[in-house]
Amino acid sequence: MQRSSRARKQPLHAHHKSQTDLSAWRKGGTIDSEKSLQSHQSANDQKYDSQEESLEQALSYFEKVQDCVALKKQSVPQKHLDAVESTALKQGLPPEGFEILLNIVLSGKFADTVNTRLLKSLIPASVIPEDSVVKAVSWLCVSKCSGNIKLLFLKWLITMFDYIDHKEQLHALYGIFFSFLQDERLCPCICHLLYLLTRKEHVNPFRIRRLLELQARMGMQSYLQALLSLYKLFCPEQVTITLPGKMKTYFKNSDGPWKAAITAVRQRNQGPSSLSQTLFLGTAQPRSRKRKWNAQLVIPASSANTNNLEDDREKCFYLYSTNESFPLEQLHTFPQLLQNIHRLEFPSQMGSVLTNPLLLHYMNCVKDESIYLRLYYWMGQMLQEECTWCMVDNPYEEEFKSFLETVYKAECFLQEGFSACEEFLYKTLPLWDGFCCRSEVLRLLSWIPLSSFSDIKSYLYDPLAQLFFTSSIYFKCSVLESLKELLQNWLNCNAIQVDLESSSLNTTLSGLVNGVAELVRFVGWISTVGLRLENNSMLLLYFILDFYEIVCDMYLKYNLPLLIMLPAGIFYPALLSMDSVNLNQLCYIMYRTNLVAAKENELCKKKMLQFKFSDQTYQVYNQYIIAMVGCLWTSSAFQKDIHPQGLHMDDELLSKTAVKELRNSFNIVYHPAMMGYSIQFLQQICPDDTTFNFKLIKGKKWNWYLEYLYTQGLKGLKVFIESSISRVSQASCNKAGNAEA
Amino acid sequence: APEDGAVRTLPSLRRLSRALPFGRSHGRLGVSSSGRLIVPAPSSQEKADPQKTAFLLRKAWTLYSVTPLYRFRRGRLRDYARLLGAFIAAEKQKGLAVEVGVELDIKVALSSLADLRGSELDQDALLVQLSSRSQASSKNSEDKVVWSGWFCSVFGDDLSENVPEHFTCLPLFLTHGAESYTSLVGSWFQKTFDCCFRRLAISPLNLSWMVAMWAGCKLDRAASAVELVFSVPRLAQPLDISYAIHPEDAKALWDTVQKTPGEITQEEVDVFMDCLYAHFHRHFKIHLSAAKLVKVSTGIASAQCDGIVKILHSQYLPGVLMLLTELAISQIQ
Repeated sequence: MQRSSRARKQPLHAHHKSQTDLSAWRKGGTIDSEKSLQSHQSANDQKYDSQEESLEQALSYFEKVQDCVALKKQSVPQKHLDAVESTALKQGLPPEGFEILLNIVLSGKFADTVNTRLLKSLIPASVIPEDSVVKAVSWLCVSKCSGNIKLLFLKWLITMFDYIDHKEQLHALYGIFFSFLQDERLCPCICHLLYLLTRKEHVNPFRIRRLLELQARMGMQSYLQALLSLYKLFCPEQVTITLPGKMKTYFKNSDGPWKAAITAVRQRNQGPSSLSQTLFLGTAQPRSRKRKWNAQLVIPASSANTNNLEDDREKCFYLYSTNESFPLEQLHTFPQLLQNIHRLEFPSQMGSVLTNPLLLHYMNCVKDESIYLRLYYWMGQMLQEECTWCMVDNPYEEEFKSFLETVYKAECFLQEGFSACEEFLYKTLPLWDGFCCRSEVLRLLSWIPLSSFSDIKSYLYDPLAQLFFTSSIYFKCSVLESLKELLQNWLNCNAIQVDLESSSLNTTLSGLVNGVAELVRFVGWISTVGLRLENNSMLLLYFILDFYEIVCDMYLKYNLPLLIMLPAGIFYPALLSMDSVNLNQLCYIMYRTNLVAAKENELCKKKMLQFKFSDQTYQVYNQYIIAMVGCLWTSSAFQKDIHPQGLHMDDELLSKTAVKELRNSFNIVYHPAMMGYSIQFLQQICPDDTTFNFKLIKGKKWNWYLEYLYTQGLKGLKVFIESSISRVSQASCNKAGNAEA
Repeated sequence: APEDGAVRTLPSLRRLSRALPFGRSHGRLGVSSSGRLIVPAPSSQEKADPQKTAFLLRKAWTLYSVTPLYRFRRGRLRDYARLLGAFIAAEKQKGLAVEVGVELDIKVALSSLADLRGSELDQDALLVQLSSRSQASSKNSEDKVVWSGWFCSVFGDDLSENVPEHFTCLPLFLTHGAESYTSLVGSWFQKTFDCCFRRLAISPLNLSWMVAMWAGCKLDRAASAVELVFSVPRLAQPLDISYAIHPEDAKALWDTVQKTPGEITQEEVDVFMDCLYAHFHRHFKIHLSAAKLVKVSTGIASAQCDGIVKILHSQYLPGVLMLLTELAISQIQ
């Protein structure tokens, strides 16, 4: 907006700079979420746009108003007033609006009814610029507006105090505010405001005397007592009178009409992410709902640990330098983290790190067992207490979902699973219906750490298998997706560990290999059964092959002495799939499971010698390769396939089927998954021929056809044919093509 | 079921074997602790001064489990009391500034209860008392205790042996007084020592253990009846069935059931309960096994399924607390 540049032109004091940055960051945050909100509610877009426009018009109108204006129905000012009101209540006002509107309200140009309405709609969308408040106070001093408006303005100021972006200049106006005390009507509000503003340097004998005089004149008023007791707190030697120890509420509830509106606007602007947003600012807002005190799924705000502030010995132990610790509440940027990393302390409640990326960074740097243990206890209790499928009638499913989501995000950030979460899954998976918080729970699965814990079968695999077999195909796909992530995470974490401690490798390696092997075998089993249950669904097959794409990289990419072939129950459905994507993926997997290279590698790497791949693995691999080449290339699948579960069939039996060209039926031209490509290819080379004479694809055209397939994105097929065909058939592609003809 | 053949000592027992086998050691999954050591009843019974713990008896205590307190320092109880007092005052003032250390209407006292521990690893129990200053403001008049709560651990080794320095294990928290004070004190402890509180409910299975264990105990003086309260589920109107047995009859029945003195197995508990059910069925034609056991009371203690206990007999205080500590730990781990 054009006005924001004007606001920035005003000179800033040096010490404001960092705060301005911060407020810009905060504003950025709100604007971002506003945007995301708008993208969610695209239907409302236009309405919002037009609303913004009319607000802008209204503001520029109010900015230019010179003389006193009377308000009539249907008049121009009435229209603008409506625009301001409706925008304020829906979205809140932008920071640059406050100066204009406060000017109008306090300069007395309009009647009090208008001023009241304007004041009541001064709801901030993000922050209120301090300058606008300072100007307003100067208007207050010239007394152009009525007493009622003054009073309402002060109430507004008290309510909005926390939304003012910074307060140095307001503190400088302390004396001005103090002088308003003489106005008996304003006195209670002024006392409240001073209560908020008072710092130790503001207390002096003159002011104390003045307050005592007021008290003598007006009697024991709670607001005066409040201020006096604050003064006494700061300077006990100067305030000698005894104040009653018994404290009632000092100030009447002066939230006025704004509190509810602010909350509504905040919620609307920040949407579901409000939790993390406010937490990061360290100002968690109290929940309106009444809940058990000990079981709120509120992640605590990060605040400094006050428990040990007074204890020097403790400090020496805990901090690496003798400097004072850096208050967490002030930690907002990454550079701050870097500068103060030697004098940071973890918050008093470890749970708060979950939503604070900077503290998560810090956690990554500090290897202290106690931080994990604190987090473990807190998270474990939270998960158990709030688990929506374990606790009967727990109505807070959305909250629990977002909590699980937060935990998952933190795990991704740390690249490490939380043990409390792992235990929670083990305990509750047997009770889970597979429906409640599905995507959140399945995602958490992927961060279960790989451990030597041998009972993972009974705690994880068994309940998961039960759910898998009894749930929909979409659930099956999601489970496979999570298990793929799990395998990937294990392999990644291990890759890092192997780099770090290659010396102590042998002790842990066998445990790792066993764990990974168990997972892969489990997935092989449920996939085989799942494919049969779902009638070889292409979708399911796609997710299964996705998993095996990682499996086939275990040896070469992740250096794991482990080769596991996919079971025949997956291999053959994929080979005979109706879908070229799956066939292509299978080719890629067989290409990556390059046992020849593996065998050579095995001979080179002495340290891996204890892990010999079983002959059976090689045998199965060879059988698969023969079957694939026989199918796709040499058109001899029914003769050459020697896998016990394979395609081998007697010629006699085959002849009984009375299918012509039987031998060819699964090569790259006739394969059901490839038929689409061969038809298109034929159309391109002989546009006039409508008989689809597939026999034309041979010799040179066979090679053209291959080139055509490669350009269609069948990269897996390409690498498989280029690597395997020449090896197996010991012949050039050309010859193979001719041989077929 | 894994609990079959679980062995308990009497009146106090080392460990429930039916807790989920997640023996934790420092955040890693460990092996299940299948060893069921039989430890003799705590010797602290002899040294305990019944006078000091008398105020714990015959009051209804609400149970909570508490995760280990982080950086709790026994030497700073006085400071903690001051801070907790200020916290309570501040919460009551709805966020207005409160001076730490001035005279407030609620006085907080924290103190150690030395006699309530079982093993060497157990920490001394910690007592928190809130008392209100009398309105008359005369210094002599006694402050009235409005709320009290205590943290304790009796043979809580399963938890404490695995916890590193700076953590204090007092897994069982018992409160008596207004829930609003519990919430204030609990919140302060959560904030200050990074711990978590959870209500400790007692399952019907555990209630049946309790009644079996306590029915068999000898009491010097005439004891009150053994009473079991059942609630019948899925009725439009709530229906509770109370089943009272003469304590001597209950003990006689238990003595015929129990095979090895000093030990209890799940099987024995089942037999004991089945006998009671059969007897009731013979007279009233009601299968109590289909109802939910919600409360048991004996001459030693009474317990409700929602986690409220009343301990009546000082001699068995450590034994009851040991069982409750065990339940609290299984809820934490």
